[in-house]
Amino acid sequence: MSDELLTTLMERRTFLSARPSADHPAVNCPASHLVAFLRDLRDAEGFEMLLDVTAVDWAESRRPRFTCVYHLFDLERSRYLRVASDCHEDANPTMPSVAGLWATADWHERETYDMFGIRFEGHPDLRRILMWDGYPYYPLRKDFPLAGEETDLPGADVAEHTDARVSAAPMAGGPFVSGTSGGPMSEREPRAKDESWTENAPKPKKPDPTKESS
Amino acid sequence: MSRESQISIGDVVQRTAQFEEELHGERMTINIGPSHPATHGVLRLKVELDGEVVTRCEPVVGYLHRGDEKIAENMTYNQFIPYTDRLDYIGPIHNNVTFSLAAEKLASLEVPPRCQAIRVICCELARLQSHLLGLGVYGMDTGAMTVFMYTFTEREKIYSLMEMLTGARFTTSYTRIGGVARDVPEGWLGKVLAFLDGLEPVVEEIDQMLTRNRIFCDRTIGCGVISREDAISYGLTGPNLRASGVALDLRRDRPYSGYERYEFDVPIGSRGDCYDRWLVRMEEVRQSISIIRQAVEKMPEGLWYNDEARKIYVPPKSKVLTSMEELIQNFMLVTEGPQLPEGEVYFEAENPKGLLGFYIVSKGGGVPYRLKIRSPSFCNLSILPKLLKGVMVADIPVILGSLDFVLGECDR
Repeated sequence: MSDELLTTLMERRTFLSARPSADHPAVNCPASHLVAFLRDLRDAEGFEMLLDVTAVDWAESRRPRFTCVYHLFDLERSRYLRVASDCHEDANPTMPSVAGLWATADWHERETYDMFGIRFEGHPDLRRILMWDGYPYYPLRKDFPLAGEETDLPGADVAEHTDARVSAAPMAGGPFVSGTSGGPMSEREPRAKDESWTENAPKPKKPDPTKESS
Repeated sequence: MSRESQISIGDVVQRTAQFEEELHGERMTINIGPSHPATHGVLRLKVELDGEVVTRCEPVVGYLHRGDEKIAENMTYNQFIPYTDRLDYIGPIHNNVTFSLAAEKLASLEVPPRCQAIRVICCELARLQSHLLGLGVYGMDTGAMTVFMYTFTEREKIYSLMEMLTGARFTTSYTRIGGVARDVPEGWLGKVLAFLDGLEPVVEEIDQMLTRNRIFCDRTIGCGVISREDAISYGLTGPNLRASGVALDLRRDRPYSGYERYEFDVPIGSRGDCYDRWLVRMEEVRQSISIIRQAVEKMPEGLWYNDEARKIYVPPKSKVLTSMEELIQNFMLVTEGPQLPEGEVYFEAENPKGLLGFYIVSKGGGVPYRLKIRSPSFCNLSILPKLLKGVMVADIPVILGSLDFVLGECDR
């Protein structure tokens, strides 16, 4: 059934390519066709619901670095479709917004922007949603450490009064995760991923925090 | 002119429109939350008021953001299960089950029928937990204190059942990838049935107290109407979607964990107002009771984990301490985590609040490369700016109560 769907979808749309998937049918769609394709899926193919929008940061392992992933649902036939679209630029990733098609995309895209720094062009109100306005980092990027980064307190007046800052979590070099595969057992035991800092030797300061581009 | 027409909502809106120019500049912005009894957690609403009428509402979420997705990318699958407790902490065990099912889908792993049935009982108990609290606080938001006392007493009994089953009342962490942590204790199923026997009359009593209550009906019928189109467009799921007349229930439409073996109805609403959302949840409580009874009755014999999944499921302690093979297996799994294949999966289950989804991107091994949590409360709350526009201030708690969200899940 899933192959059938993919064949029909890809028959008339040469820009699509099949995407490897362990479950639902999945296609790759170039960003330039994304909005029109998703509108088509909604209006002509019965994929009425947009259930999820998110992104994946492939870090060093792949180019382009960021991929946006959309999960659509067909209420009539109870089936899913995954649509993935690569962001062209790695330094300043963008993606056309689908908030005009589904109202739910509004918040999902804000969250993706908040976590990955992907700008959704045409979004009515692209602001941070989970982190506070003015937060300088994109936490779900792979180069952002789990412990967090030191930064200013959200309220400038409170910060001035208390002299407090947001500091990285004291994880003593954690998290303690084993290596996945390969190498001798002694190398794969659970250990600190980042051993350059501990409780006694503080974390080395980063030269310049990634400023939010606006 | 009768007194009634003077104080009707329509009249207020009309008058507001009439004197809009005079009132310009008189609008008041107030904050509801992040710590306010009506917001059920740390939701903050920036509300702009024109007299008693809301002209603009902006929900501010994220006060409970803990970076669960980032955390998940840095630990093994089984280590993440305790974190899923803290998503929808009103019915925590359902999150455990949903996450395990997602990881098992990635591994193409089936669990034995007994494990599936145990999980179904857990899921439905979680639904009872969630709906009982949801209905109770909803009643309280409309001014009916008593219902809350009734439902909270019953919830307490579910906590005791959870304690017997998992060892913890609240943070259950009961499932594992490839099974559940341990078999149900002796006599537990009987206790579940006894609890249901006691719950049924209470449900009827709640029904009698509120469903035909004049004050409750006046406050909820026609209030906070969500159309079918809006519900779909805003990605609403669960009872909120079904109250708007969309019969989407993944337990029926894409059965998982053996739900196809049980008979149950999917209640749907006709108007999509606050009252329909009450009715849908009331009926779901009854359906859950029926599902649990069927699951207990048909409980299959057998193992509570897949014993062929040697690279995924940590074997029971009794075997680890007596057999070399299992000891090695235990050591490898604890140090490296369950070995799942490469690939992408997206799995959703019908959680009490709506569809909880996990999108897992794996590069193989014990740690997910990317894990996205699609939380139902996040989507259900996104409709607030539209839903609250034009309603009276006094209706805000009623509408919030009827949406039944939990911020632990919304903010992740």
